[in-house]
Order: sequence, then C-alpha cells, then structure tokens
Amino acid sequence: MKEEIIIAGFGGQGVLSMGKILAYSGIMQGQEVTWMPSYGPEMRGGTANVTVILSDKKISSPILSKFDTAIILNQQSMDKFENSVKPGGLLIYDPNGITRHPHRKDIKVYTIDAVNISVELGESKAYNMVVMGAFLKLKPVVEYENVLKGLKKSIPERHHSLIPMNEKAIKAGMEKLVQI
Amino acid sequence: MAEKILMKGNEAIAHAAIRCGCDGYFGYPITPQSEVMETLMNEQPWNSTGMVVLQAESETSSINMLYGGASCGKKVMTSSSSPGISLMCEGLSYLAGAELPCLVANVVRGGPGLGTIQPGQGDYFQSVKGGGHGDYKMIVLAPASAQDMYDFVDLAFELAFKYRNPALILSDGVIGQMMEKVELRPMKPRLTEKEIIERYPWATTGKTPDRKQNVLTSLALDAAVHERLNQTLQNKYRQMEENEVRYETLMCEDADYVIVAYGCMSRICESTVELARKDGIKLGLLRPVTLYPFPTKYIQELTSHTKFMMSVELSAGQMVEDVRLAVNGKIPVGFYGRLGGIVPSPEEVLEAFKEQIKKLN
Repeated sequence: MKEEIIIAGFGGQGVLSMGKILAYSGIMQGQEVTWMPSYGPEMRGGTANVTVILSDKKISSPILSKFDTAIILNQQSMDKFENSVKPGGLLIYDPNGITRHPHRKDIKVYTIDAVNISVELGESKAYNMVVMGAFLKLKPVVEYENVLKGLKKSIPERHHSLIPMNEKAIKAGMEKLVQI
Repeated sequence: MAEKILMKGNEAIAHAAIRCGCDGYFGYPITPQSEVMETLMNEQPWNSTGMVVLQAESETSSINMLYGGASCGKKVMTSSSSPGISLMCEGLSYLAGAELPCLVANVVRGGPGLGTIQPGQGDYFQSVKGGGHGDYKMIVLAPASAQDMYDFVDLAFELAFKYRNPALILSDGVIGQMMEKVELRPMKPRLTEKEIIERYPWATTGKTPDRKQNVLTSLALDAAVHERLNQTLQNKYRQMEENEVRYETLMCEDADYVIVAYGCMSRICESTVELARKDGIKLGLLRPVTLYPFPTKYIQELTSHTKFMMSVELSAGQMVEDVRLAVNGKIPVGFYGRLGGIVPSPEEVLEAFKEQIKKLN
C-alpha cells in the first residue's frame, strides 16, 4: 500500500493539521509516513498545502509531482493541482467558493460541502475533519480505530474534550460526500 | 520498542539535544529552523536536565557563547539558517583554531544574501571549504530524514569531542520542515563537573595546584609556534579523513551510472533511481553522509565500473567540484541543480539525467 496525497487550501482551514492527523493515524497503523508542508507566508492567510505519504515500505522522495489523491479547498489550489492527479486517481473538493469546477474525465471526482456540514454540527472548527472523513470513506487506507488514536496523538491533551466533536465531524464527512 | 513520534526534523534536533546530555543551546531565530529553539523553550529542559537554553541578541553573540561554553568542556550547540551561519563564520574559525568542540546545525535556505526562506544547498562550500578564515575544517554531517536529524546530534557531539573540533549538521529546509516518525533514543545524563575534569584535561575548569594552567586560544604570534599549531590541526584532519568517512549507497553494485546527492536531494534521487530502474537504466545513488570528510575513495572505486556520474544539488554546482576531484578525469561528470528554493521532483531529475547521457553517446 502506498497513498500519495496533496491537501491544499487557505491558511487557517486546517490543511496542515489534517495532514498531521492523517500521518499520525498512519503511524498508529504501523505505516511509514512523511508530511511535507509548504512553509512561510502561507501560514499567515495565503494558500497552504501539504504532501502526505502513507506507505507500507520506506518512503524515498517526500516531494512529488503526481498524486493518488488531491483534496482541494480553494480555487487557487484547484488551478494548481487538478492536473497533478494521476490518471484514475481521486479528487475531493469543497465546492464553496469554487468558480471553475474540475474538468478532467480520467479521474474520480467527489464534492464535500464541509463548510455547511461543519456549521450544521455547530463546530465550524471541525471543518477539516469533515473533509478527512470524506477522504477516509473513499480511501480507507487507515483503519478507523487508528484514526482515533492518531487524532488523540495530534491534539494537545488540554483539548482532548474536543475529540468527540471531531469524531462526529469525521462521520458526517463519511456520510455526506457526493460523487460528481 | 520505543514509541515513534511524528515530528519535524527541527523538533528532532531539539529533543535529541536534551536527551543526549547537551549542556547549553544558544541561538537566534530564523526561518526555516526556528522550531529548534521553539521546541527547546516548550520543553523547558532547564527544569529537567539543567540544560541552558538562551536566545542571544544575535548569531555573532551565540557563536561566541559557544566558545565560552566549549572552553569549559561543556556540550554546547547552536542552530541557524544560512545568513545566520555566515555571521557565525568568524567564531567558527576561532573555535577550530582553539580546538574547541561544539555543534552547529544549519538548516539551509536559498541564497545569496537574505535569499529566500525556501530550501537550498548553496552553503556546501561554506561548510566544507571553510567559510571563516584560515586552514580549518569542520566535521560536516548531512541528514536526510527526521530520524537522521535526531541521531546526528549525538553523533556530531561524539565526533566533536573525539577530535576537539566544531561539527556541523548541514541540513536544509525540506529536512527541517518535514515531519516523519522519530524514535527517541535512551536518555544520556549530562556530565558532572568531576566527569568533565577527568575526561577533558584541556578544559578551563579552574586551575588546581597539581596541573599547569590551561590556555585555550587560536593566537600564536611566534611563526614557528603557529606553524606547529597548524600542523597539529592538519594531522587531525588527516585522521578524520582516514576514520570518519560515512556514506550510503543504493544499487551502486551493478550501476552503469551513479547520481551523487546529499540531504533532501538524496531522498528525491532515491525515487529517481527507482524510476530509472523501471526503464531498464542501471542507475545507482551515492549519498555522502559526511560531506567533510568526503567519500573520495569510494567515488574513485566507482569509476572502475561506471560510465558517468551526476551530482544533483539545490545549488549552482558546489559538491560537483569534489566529485570531479575524486573522479579525476576517469569518467565524465555531470551536474543538475535548481536554485531559488525550487526543489525538483524525481521525474525532473530523471529527465535531466537522460538528457545528459544522450549527449555522451
């Protein structure tokens, strides 16, 4: 098993932390992982992206030009990464604020309305976990129990009271994604 | 088995410092290495091991704090990124001249000048050829993973004290910022004052009636004395070249062609080798782990069964000069590099490699 993922959106959407939770979940499953962020001014409101690789074998390059899955959360990232999905690969995006929808026919495309789903849950901060739920539904590369362990490892202990809310968000994401 | 923790390469340096018995860290923040001091400040080792963590007023100041700490036989370190290391070069020359052990980590960004905060490998010359003035060398280790960042802290201190010489971890923005799983090694206690006096008789630990005064200086105004000092240093460097060369190889045994790459580029070129092998090209990878001392002998051996060697770097071509010196004209040597903080993908490196071997035929 090897899954090469790019997660891209605005700084503040939880792109990097979602990648971190995925990577930690992989470790809990005994996988090799790398998490390579874009760093610098992105963190302060520009576009942010992170490459996460989960693999059963040692990972060579942490820098990739093609991905199995692209998780896209804003228009700039759509423009930048739609063509970086491998043929037959997966693209998941949040349609909010997207003006040019993906055009490729050789990949699987799904939407997840994570903005509205997280607001309905009453916890807009769990936005990224809704998106992660959608991804895990389509690519169950990590078992659910290991995702929960990864979540616990990634969140500082003082915020552990928020874990049930995050779980709810992951489940909502799993249920509410839409195939295009 | 010890627990594996997901962390950045920079964080790994900080955890390793605390756990290998480091006495003091003196630094000044700069992207992309700021997480080193950030992590140390969070961990507050002054409450657990007694390690000092201090933000100096500048890099010039922190390197001179290392001079002071090292003179007392303490395990002291700093970290910075390219422009900050340039400021430290005067101090590094003094530390090398006075034969003082210390650890400096450089998480390289693109230069020259303030350059960019994105990854670079343009500090190779500065690290292995000097940087500061005079005939001196530093032991230079090039990590290629977060685990290396952790493990090389202890290794660098060990080598620094073995040779009484500054050691440098030459990392880059990719290795510093990337998170991977890291296994924390068992805690080593800091040395006590008594242990320091026993192990390091050269240290300025306070003169006692039974020994002569210890003087640590790089100054020798008498030409004959100064030449002797330089010869001592040179003898030490020859010993390092004899004993401390470290490298890793991937599929070099049957290789027709070899890529030479270190740090983040060695990781990327591992994938390039995998891609090339799928195309039926017998490509191998040599990853120097120590950049000084350089794996010159092994490169010479490789020329007996290879047709072409290519150095791949995030620079305009620096390590390639040492590859050429080692190859000594026996086979052609090529170069591929990107600048400005751009990191090429494995496919781009393969394409560049194919272009260059096409020209050979």
